Amino acid sequence: MLSAVLALTLLALVFGLLLGYSSIRFKVEGDPIVDQIDAILPQTQCGQCGYPGCRPYAEAIAAGEADINQCPPGGEQVIQALADLLGREPKPLDRERGEEKPPMVAFIDESECIGCTLCIKACPVDAILGAPKMMHTVIAEECTGCELCVEPCPVDVISMVPVKEDITHWKWPPPKEANGDAA
Amino acid sequence: MEVASTEGGKRRRGMKLWSFHGGIHPPGHKRESTTRPVESAPLPKELVLPMLQHLGAPADPVVKVGDRVLKGETIARPGNFISAPIHASSSGTVVAIEERPVPHPSGLSAPCIVIETDGKEEWHPSREPADHRDLEPAEIRDRVRQAGIVGLGGAGFPSFVKLNPGKTVKTLILNGAECEPYITCDDALMRERPEQVIKGAMVIRRAVQAQHCIIAVEDNKPAAIDTLTQTLRSEGVTDMEVVAVPARYPAGGEKQLIKVLTGKEVPSGGLPIQLGIVCHNVATAAAVFRAVELGEPLISRIVTVSGSAVGGPRNLEALLGTPVPDLLRHCDTDFEGLGELIMGGPMMGVALAHHQVPLIKTGNCLLAVSRSEIEQRPVVRPCIRCGNCAEACPVNLLPQQLYWHAQSKNLDKIQEFDLFDCIECGCCAYVCPSNLPLVHYYRFAKSEIRAQQEKKRKADIARERHQKRLERLEREKAERAARRARKQPVTDESKKAAIQAALERTKAAKKESSPDEV
Repeated sequence: MLSAVLALTLLALVFGLLLGYSSIRFKVEGDPIVDQIDAILPQTQCGQCGYPGCRPYAEAIAAGEADINQCPPGGEQVIQALADLLGREPKPLDRERGEEKPPMVAFIDESECIGCTLCIKACPVDAILGAPKMMHTVIAEECTGCELCVEPCPVDVISMVPVKEDITHWKWPPPKEANGDAA
Repeated sequence: MEVASTEGGKRRRGMKLWSFHGGIHPPGHKRESTTRPVESAPLPKELVLPMLQHLGAPADPVVKVGDRVLKGETIARPGNFISAPIHASSSGTVVAIEERPVPHPSGLSAPCIVIETDGKEEWHPSREPADHRDLEPAEIRDRVRQAGIVGLGGAGFPSFVKLNPGKTVKTLILNGAECEPYITCDDALMRERPEQVIKGAMVIRRAVQAQHCIIAVEDNKPAAIDTLTQTLRSEGVTDMEVVAVPARYPAGGEKQLIKVLTGKEVPSGGLPIQLGIVCHNVATAAAVFRAVELGEPLISRIVTVSGSAVGGPRNLEALLGTPVPDLLRHCDTDFEGLGELIMGGPMMGVALAHHQVPLIKTGNCLLAVSRSEIEQRPVVRPCIRCGNCAEACPVNLLPQQLYWHAQSKNLDKIQEFDLFDCIECGCCAYVCPSNLPLVHYYRFAKSEIRAQQEKKRKADIARERHQKRLERLEREKAERAARRARKQPVTDESKKAAIQAALERTKAAKKESSPDEV
């Protein structure tokens, strides 16, 4: 009887120590689920989801505050990937947030630009180059197409243009499906 | 398996050959275009030279509209390390630098330099003949790079990169297998200009310092094998060997040919150099010879014009940039009955959306298929899971699994089935009883995956830039706060002091000024 109690107490003690040690030794820094969600999001940083950037949205999803269908630039693909990751049912995109659009890039009509720097302050990825009273231009390669620079422009010379398709980025169209009823 | 190769009618013991998995025996259709010798295509009025005729970065133009250029003059320099310069194929005037339709399945336009020819064919004075034996390997590589030579077998990888293996090369293989139906440009080259192929092999061999050199030709080209062996003998070359490989499509695939010749398999995602092997196409070798020994850049190539809509199929030596319709017209093509124009062969070639495109470095064949032949193409039916495709696949993949996953756009799963090892040879589609366009599915899936990877790469950059921006804003805010904090205590005390000082100054001023007034 006593030996049994002793043995169990000892076991409990050993495992308790082991668990206590592991929780310190193998402590996970940060929140891995937030990183995983953030990796799926398109990083447009447009704020259409209602959060100031992709990472805050990822944190909100992880905390259960936001739904997975609030990212218009990501569209169906991101919703599907988030559903797979979080084990939830995919939903259609929340249309109130915006529509899924083909990739766009901002373009400044340089002859009309007055050099007010407002768009530079609005750009979430520092993709606009310029100085006060000097003409500004968009570094097209870095532009995420978030449209945040369009609104602040006092002279309305920023437009969103579709990304031009070239032969190096061209995608093969899906083949026509086989005729199911053996025509 | 012991295979004997012929040598001037006398049979001798050949080297041991191996075999690769799968493969097919499609009808060759090679006779049509081999009945007459290689002809020079007439000089076109206008040459259109795309800046991207190879794998890698596009070239950057170095000429302006209105410039007069001479034959062989560099008109665009490499845009990157993996790139190739472009040369004027004939003398004339640059009339435009603009986007023109290029031979690509998309039918999209790309930047081109357009030259109006003057008919004088005046060579640029930079041509400088040399003997490769006097040149160091690095000098040979440089000449090949300057000459803009890329793999002429179809892939178009810049050749100088493969001349700098950075490893000991045991075997140099010259690929003259030409296994794809209809195409005979390499066959014609080997029969008519064997010395160029062999000398090119010697130059490449010197550049890569290969111990051993094999010229591999499919055994359905006995004339080419005979000519090459005889030339080797008459030139007194003893350390090079012509090997006849059994004709089976795709024996000319780089990895398949290496398997047949050495019994070794190039690892998945690997390169032949890992096995100490370097492989070049025979036409590339001939171009290397012309570049190194004659100083001529790559400005022309032999192209097979064949197919059911072509009245007089043949091989043409054509200047790069020659409009494709000119070449088709020269071979009596029935434009009325033309259904589909394919660049490359019937198995791996791509159907062109436009006919008004120029000939480029990688254009080994123009296949004009008549409308009636296209109408006879069988109907596509659902997959019946017969598994014939897996038996035919030369890379030992499971084409049916790839098909299902491509169809359902399951891009993660399809990569687990080694989609990127697929060489798009088309054996699976050829044997498919349901006539499924399997290769199209794989090309679709590959381009989807590449696009996703590109998207991911850009997203990662955007994330980093956004993070850096937030950090910068945070830092600026902290700096501003610190500046304010530094100023604040000073102002409180110094304010009184400053007021005091100002009061005293005015008092002193009053005292000084008042005696005068009074």
